[in-house]
Amino acid sequence: MTRVYISRDMASVALGSDAVAEAFARAGCEVVRTGSRGLFAIEPLVEVETAEGRIGYGPVGPDDVAAILDGSHGHRLGKVEALPFFAKQQRFTFARCGVADPLDIASYDWRGLKAARAMAPQAVVDAVKASGLRGRGGAGFPTGIKWQTVLATAADEKFIVCNADEGDSGTFADRMLMEGDPFCLIEGMAIAGHAVGAGHGYVYIRSEYPYAIDTMRRAIELAASKIAPFTLEVRVGAGAYVCGEETALLDSIEGKRGQVRAKPPLPAIQGLFGKPTVINNVLSLAAVPFILAEGADAYAAVGFGRSRGTMPVQIAGNVKNGGLFEIGFGITLGELVEEIGGGTASGRPVRAVQVGGPLGAYMPPSMFHLPFDYEAFAAAGGLIGHAGITVFDDSVDMARMARFAMEFCAVESCGKCTPCRIGSTRGVETIDRIIEARALPVAPAEAGAVMGPGGALASYGPGLRRGDGVEAALGSRSPLRLDRARDKDIGLLRDLCDTMKYGSLCALGGFTPYPVLSALDHFPEDFGGAPALHEAAE
Amino acid sequence: MSIEKEEAVEALVARLAAARKGERGALLPLLHDIQHELGRVDGAAVAAVAAELNLSRAEVHGVVSFYHDFRERPAGRHHVQYCRAESCQSRGGAVIEAALAERLRVAMGETRADGQVTLEPVYCLGLCAIGPNALVDGAPVARIDGTAAIERIAATVAA
Ligand code: SF4
Ligand code: FES
Repeated sequence: MTRVYISRDMASVALGSDAVAEAFARAGCEVVRTGSRGLFAIEPLVEVETAEGRIGYGPVGPDDVAAILDGSHGHRLGKVEALPFFAKQQRFTFARCGVADPLDIASYDWRGLKAARAMAPQAVVDAVKASGLRGRGGAGFPTGIKWQTVLATAADEKFIVCNADEGDSGTFADRMLMEGDPFCLIEGMAIAGHAVGAGHGYVYIRSEYPYAIDTMRRAIELAASKIAPFTLEVRVGAGAYVCGEETALLDSIEGKRGQVRAKPPLPAIQGLFGKPTVINNVLSLAAVPFILAEGADAYAAVGFGRSRGTMPVQIAGNVKNGGLFEIGFGITLGELVEEIGGGTASGRPVRAVQVGGPLGAYMPPSMFHLPFDYEAFAAAGGLIGHAGITVFDDSVDMARMARFAMEFCAVESCGKCTPCRIGSTRGVETIDRIIEARALPVAPAEAGAVMGPGGALASYGPGLRRGDGVEAALGSRSPLRLDRARDKDIGLLRDLCDTMKYGSLCALGGFTPYPVLSALDHFPEDFGGAPALHEAAE
Repeated sequence: MSIEKEEAVEALVARLAAARKGERGALLPLLHDIQHELGRVDGAAVAAVAAELNLSRAEVHGVVSFYHDFRERPAGRHHVQYCRAESCQSRGGAVIEAALAERLRVAMGETRADGQVTLEPVYCLGLCAIGPNALVDGAPVARIDGTAAIERIAATVAA
């Protein structure tokens, strides 16, 4: 009987892999369902086991079974790992994803956990410190230091919490790992439990990932005896983005509104149910088994500056070769977008990329020389966040993207801080006015005259307030007055961003200014201003 | 709502709460259970949960209203969750959204008057390189284009 491998990852299913799997089963093949290899342009992908190894075909459909089995199909890819997209990767965390049956516990070796349990807790924490692993979510806080605090805090009970609720647009590594190699995450959490002395863990998964929830639940059941006495359970989010913030997530597990807590106290000292808690995201915890199995040095040997190890980068949006690309830090943004990603799917020029999810900065191609590195991105006014890269072609309207960032913040704000709750709504209104004004014809000579800094401070007529006939008022204004009003609104928007940045308790309100200001700085022409001098920036 | 119905909700909540007895932070899982069984978490359910867990109604209501997933009225027979986030936008999501809403004859965020379909926004399904994406009755649909995919969704929803 021929054995074939077909992904049952949610993305693969969305592209039709279930029908392909059924067709192969009907043809009498043994079908092994795996996670996704991570290159969506070749999905649905079938790998046929042969004497020379697994031979891939993709994309394929349910009618292609015969041609695949006799080797004549036109989409024959050869060995998938030899394709350039995969050959260039360094798969530490995603080594098994797309290759193995995610729930085949017999083929999972638990080497990292065995190694950890042969060590004293402090030695495990030291290994994680030595690996240089930093939190793969927000600011890149060293994971080992967090663990050290929890280990050092005496308590009758401690917890491990996995934050699988960071559902940033443009990211799918968490989802892919939970679906494609759930034991890896479970093992990482069990190692953390041993390291800090915690007996129970929670995986808090966003409800938008139904396949991941199902796979994790089944995997935890299967793994119970392997990780005992450590125990784990899945908790399901309920559609609140802010619960991706770690303290809001803890409140949510406790059964409360997911509101952000002020720090201190640190969750490492007083976290879930008031107990010392390790809270890490999926990619951080999933990196741990490799570190224990292969050694901290093997992990730290890869990377760039203070960013050690690999990052599973997610190339998304309007891009030809979208997918998951795990590589050591230091690769440039341009290599990822143009070489690996292959440019836009639409074939039009790349105009902007957003890195790090909805709270990440928009960057123009003039910034593509930036190396993927926490410090380099921070210095350039951006963040790596979850390492999702969303590619936009030249049809994008950056003022609308800035508006969306504010709108998203308004929808998702937990309501605790005024700048975030109210400011985001004011932000939407302000950008709306800018967009309206932009649409009106402006005499070129006059427009040029007020674009300089001198035009910015004209007083703001009462007729221009929103809510009392903006359109009519704008229509009756001279182009000169319009430009002044626009400059005033842009000034207002910048002030607002400033207030949100410094007056917000968490990243939602505090980082929403990043997409807004970066759009404004790098793409002023979309706000009715003169284009930025991109070339001069280099 | 009639008295009998309210009693039925009470009994249901009591049964579901009993199954989670002793669980810490049981409120959210319990609300998920209720929505799963009832299709909604309405006022009667809130009152019953408050009684079961020894919380005030205001506390329970505060939690229910905080999370987007819990609904006071049941959704339509079919549920379309369409992704509005950035990666799907970069692939023409806004235009497709308008076409989908028109084809399904329901506005975003609404349930059609005949109760056949609810169209709701979702912010990222983690399928960001193959958008625009949606979940249709829980099944993922990718690369939604102006014609074929929308027709397929419309056919599912008509059933
Ligand atoms: S910044 Fe916004 S989301 Fe964060 S705590 Fe304040 S109100 Fe809540
Ligand atoms: S942005 Fe639509 S699926 Fe991620």
